[in-house]
Amino acid sequence: MIITHPILGPRDSSEFVYLGDATLLDRPDWQAADALEQFTRYQHTRDNPAGPHRELWFHEQGDRSWLVVTRDTVTHEITQVEFASDVARKERSS
Amino acid sequence: MHDLAPICALGGADPAIDTLAGVTLAEFPDLALASVSARQGSEEACRAQLKDLLNSAAPKPGRAVLNDPEAAFWIGPDQWMVSAPYASHADLTGQLKSRFQDTASITEQTDGWVCFDLRGDRVDEVIRLCANIDIDQMQTGDAVRSVVHYMGVYILRLDPANALRIFGPRSSAKSLHHALMTAMGAAL
Amino acid sequence: MSQKNRLDGGLIDRSEAFSFRFDNQYYKGHKGDTLASALLANDVRLMGRSFKYHRPRGVMTAGSEEPNAMVELRDGARKEPNTRATTAELFDGLRAESQNRWPSLAFDAMEVNDLLSSFFAAGFYYKTFMWPAAFWEKIYEPIIRRAAGLGSLSTQDDPDGYDKGFLHCDLLIIGGGPAGLAAALTAGESGARVIFADEDFLIGGRLNLESDAIGGMSGAAWAAEMVARLEAMPNVRVMPRTTVMGAFDHGVYGAVERVSDHLKVPQDGKPRQILWRITSKRAILCAGATERPIVFENNDRPGIMQASAIRAYANRWAVTPAQQVAIFTNNDDGHRTASDLMAKGVEVVSVIDTRADAPASSDYDVIAGGVIDQTWGRLGLTQIEVKMPKGGIRRIKCGALGVSGGWNPNVHLTCHQRGRPVWNDTIAAFVPGGTMPMGMTVAGAANGVFSTHGALTSGADAAKGVLSDLGLTAKTPPLPEAEDAPARITPFWHVKTAKRAWVDQQNDVTAKDIKLAHQENFRSVEHLKRYTTLGMATDQGKTSNIAGLAIMAEVAGKSIPEVGTTMFRPPYTPTAMGVFAGRAWGTETRPTRLTPSHRWAEEQGAVFTEAGLWLRAQWFPKPGETHWRESCDREVLQTRKSVGICDVTSLGKIDVQGADAAAFLNMVYCNGFAKLPVGKVRYGLMLREDGIVMDDGTAARLAEDHFVVTTTTGNAVGVYRHMEFVRQCLCPDMDVQLISTTEAWAQFAVAGPNSRALLRKIVDDGFDLSNAAFPFMACAEVTICGGLRARLFRISFSGELAYEIAVPTRYGDALIRRLMDAGKEFDVAPYGLEALNVMRIEKGHATANELNGTTTALNLGMGRMVSKKKDSIGSVLSERPGLNEDDALKLVGLKPVDPENPVPAGAHLMTKGTKVTAANDQGYVTSACYSPNLGHHIALGFLKAGDARLGEVIRLVSPLTGVNHDVEVVSAHFLDPEGERLRA
Repeated sequence: MIITHPILGPRDSSEFVYLGDATLLDRPDWQAADALEQFTRYQHTRDNPAGPHRELWFHEQGDRSWLVVTRDTVTHEITQVEFASDVARKERSS
Repeated sequence: MHDLAPICALGGADPAIDTLAGVTLAEFPDLALASVSARQGSEEACRAQLKDLLNSAAPKPGRAVLNDPEAAFWIGPDQWMVSAPYASHADLTGQLKSRFQDTASITEQTDGWVCFDLRGDRVDEVIRLCANIDIDQMQTGDAVRSVVHYMGVYILRLDPANALRIFGPRSSAKSLHHALMTAMGAAL
Repeated sequence: MSQKNRLDGGLIDRSEAFSFRFDNQYYKGHKGDTLASALLANDVRLMGRSFKYHRPRGVMTAGSEEPNAMVELRDGARKEPNTRATTAELFDGLRAESQNRWPSLAFDAMEVNDLLSSFFAAGFYYKTFMWPAAFWEKIYEPIIRRAAGLGSLSTQDDPDGYDKGFLHCDLLIIGGGPAGLAAALTAGESGARVIFADEDFLIGGRLNLESDAIGGMSGAAWAAEMVARLEAMPNVRVMPRTTVMGAFDHGVYGAVERVSDHLKVPQDGKPRQILWRITSKRAILCAGATERPIVFENNDRPGIMQASAIRAYANRWAVTPAQQVAIFTNNDDGHRTASDLMAKGVEVVSVIDTRADAPASSDYDVIAGGVIDQTWGRLGLTQIEVKMPKGGIRRIKCGALGVSGGWNPNVHLTCHQRGRPVWNDTIAAFVPGGTMPMGMTVAGAANGVFSTHGALTSGADAAKGVLSDLGLTAKTPPLPEAEDAPARITPFWHVKTAKRAWVDQQNDVTAKDIKLAHQENFRSVEHLKRYTTLGMATDQGKTSNIAGLAIMAEVAGKSIPEVGTTMFRPPYTPTAMGVFAGRAWGTETRPTRLTPSHRWAEEQGAVFTEAGLWLRAQWFPKPGETHWRESCDREVLQTRKSVGICDVTSLGKIDVQGADAAAFLNMVYCNGFAKLPVGKVRYGLMLREDGIVMDDGTAARLAEDHFVVTTTTGNAVGVYRHMEFVRQCLCPDMDVQLISTTEAWAQFAVAGPNSRALLRKIVDDGFDLSNAAFPFMACAEVTICGGLRARLFRISFSGELAYEIAVPTRYGDALIRRLMDAGKEFDVAPYGLEALNVMRIEKGHATANELNGTTTALNLGMGRMVSKKKDSIGSVLSERPGLNEDDALKLVGLKPVDPENPVPAGAHLMTKGTKVTAANDQGYVTSACYSPNLGHHIALGFLKAGDARLGEVIRLVSPLTGVNHDVEVVSAHFLDPEGERLRA
């Protein structure tokens, strides 16, 4: 696959390491009353869509950016690639 | 002055130089390296310092500034690798720390890397058997991260364009040298 | 007579005569021949034996789709089985052996299988070898193994090299026939970066095989001229002998270039083949089409071939398989073969056309509406019997029969990304359709456009479309005049009366097998394939699948498109394993990392072992030491008594800087770092988010905003990745910067009661090493040997008074020599990984054996390190009830009750008096060694509620290795539990 890096352009997927569902960005509050439950869900519960999926990729043999890649799990079509740090900041401020 | 004798990454007291079919692969140890990472909120100040140091704007993604004595290439968002001749800049890290102060984190990288210069008219043919980069499109001053035989490398196109500078992990210098020599044998 | 079937003309170089050997016979051929064409020229029709029934088989095709003519090419270590004679380029001195026969090709004892064929019908294996189960291993499998397979392997290492390479282009053109040439010329002249690949050594596709003129010259001459033009363009890379064998995601293609296959041995340093990974913006598939057979009784005799292949051999290679040739066709193309053969002076005895309205000819005999009823000739065709349209049989003598059942576009690569082809009634074949691989278009015969004019036009048009997509202005070179005959066909798949009619010739699948599979309810085409093995041979059914589908459709009462095709998968043609491995085999499967003291250690005769990718000294044998334990024990004792030195460079080092560096470490380590003073080191335990321990190490605070973190050798990459994840994804607002510095520093552990005295001789004056000034867990930047920058850490893995000293890597070699020199007066010993391991077990320090991906801080006895006053990765989930049960595993020490006994790692612990069952399992041993200080074996392990069971005698079992004896549960700190030594 080719992942179009937000600033480096098209890069071969072999330069990347895959982690998984981008919901890992939404880490719960450790001080919440139900923190244990929230963390259990955060850690273990995943959707498994046949279709567009937001997922985390690490450009290990590149600029070491964590990216949020929106990829169709059926066709492998990639529709969006963002810096994970940008997404995380955005989600924090919203 | 201390009295410990340095060795090159390939293990010799002197750098290894090999030539095959008009292409030369030479170990280049006379280089001090330090990474410069802008502190959060100080990105502009850090760039300004780099500009001052390099006499040229901080390199953009995928680019290098090949000036003397200090040169630099982009290695990540708000992150650069600065190089300078080792003989005059053995403590490049210390020098950069005083210059950049709190605008950047400076880390010594000098001996983290083995540096090879690959020079000759058909270097592109060699790279095609080594790294998945679009070498035809690579211009002087381009700097890309890639992988050669499972080893992470930086490849820079120098001036003149028939020379490439390849940085690889120092501990794997022998494996990288072997991979490049094998590719030279196959491609040239 | 030599080359008695050689004709005039052709594209061979008669000035170069090559001598070659097939089985025990020597023959002559020419440059430009394939092995198949050279054998046919020498009147050799019998080239192989079929897989199951060992039927005599000859060459059927003139290309890479060949199912029958497979040989073992070359000999010795270079022997390559299952090589298609149709693609093997002839060279002087070539040697080939026929395969799957014994004792000889003409007399094969296994031909008896053919007489027993009624037992070997579809599903034979499944039905026969089912019962009794006990027979499988001893009887059935050996029988099958002996009978299976075609060629044999050399069983020696391949002496040749294979490379992997990388190419990038705007446009990849796959196939060099008229469509590909027109596309390449259009795109090349318009300035696009083009890769133009063809599997053949002579580019031109069917232009080289046909007699039609193109632009007033022969097709071959025009193709050669165009190839020369393309080769002169700097933006076009022309790649003959290159098979594009797979279409992958997003315009990535795999292509195998056969660099040296046409040479006896590769030139010095050159690879045999290169696997190119081609990254393209667009691709045009111009892979042409394959002529398909008609299925009839005994249609597999040597001499029965594709009609187009006979034509190809005549036109390109100036060869005919026999002096008398008949044609069997259902379409006009069969008649072209007849005309071309006549023009070459070959006698065409008859053209049997299944169509009642077949075109008549004044040049040759046409039997309109006839079919082949039977054929004769055991090792080669001698006669055919034709069922005449008005009844009756006509016998015709001939040595070759060309069969034309129509043409199938080579759609394979269009289907490598889930695509399914669609049926086209006009040409009665599947054409590309549906989901295409990203960026791919198809032109020429591969898209069902069969005339030369149509191919040229569609190739040029496809290129124009690509150029416009890429924003380039198309310059269109004028296309030459070429034939534009319509494809006229009336589908005819098989002669229904046939009893043994071969559909898949390589896997010996008959029309009857397909009917039987249907009868037994294998209705899905994928099931049919696996049950009958149709299309599962090395040719992947390129010539046979469609006839199989047609017969299946017929028995199921469906149309062919309703039956559908099986999935097409890469590679397009058989691909050598070597080229997938590339240079990565033997010791080169991965890079080797060498420590800074490697050269010195080699000089000491050190024995090395791999740790991660690193080669690390395992022990340093002294003269007279014959067993590793002798060396290891000595190194341990010498270190504990005086001083030892170990290269610890391979531990990962990550530089952590920034205003929030301490806060960041608070997040990644479960214990606290905020209050660590500058100049101090702290042990850190890193958890995964699920509460399991990920890694451990130390963090040294060099400045308020600067730490150096260490990781274990094996986890360095993963921990760095994880820390970047935490930084970028979880803490994007922290001011913290990370970079690896593992290789930048050569780091040595100097351990033992005399380590301070030794370092005193190295570290420059003015730096106070006293216990008061530089206590346990101190760190500092110092200079050594008269001014070299160094880092000094007072940390200890061995449990002794110990330091780690780091210098820029280029000085590592000099430093180890200097330390050894300076240490002579203390009887200093270098120690390796084995001694390191013994010393850490004696101290109860955990390593990867204990941090094994299932253990928690609580298991390790470090539960209280998990700070609850701050957020950190894994802190919340480490409280999961399941990880905190009363009988949770705890790290303990174990020593044998009988001091002679070992305590092997991997053995399990059972409470005395209970049965050895999984349910009674109390824990297991993780690390074990002989302690030379204690004089017996010791071990670390995890034991349920182990911390409360010190002193208990427990049973150690390993049913697999016969271990069964008593051990005593003790503290994991076997030596100096109070840590007095390391604080000395």
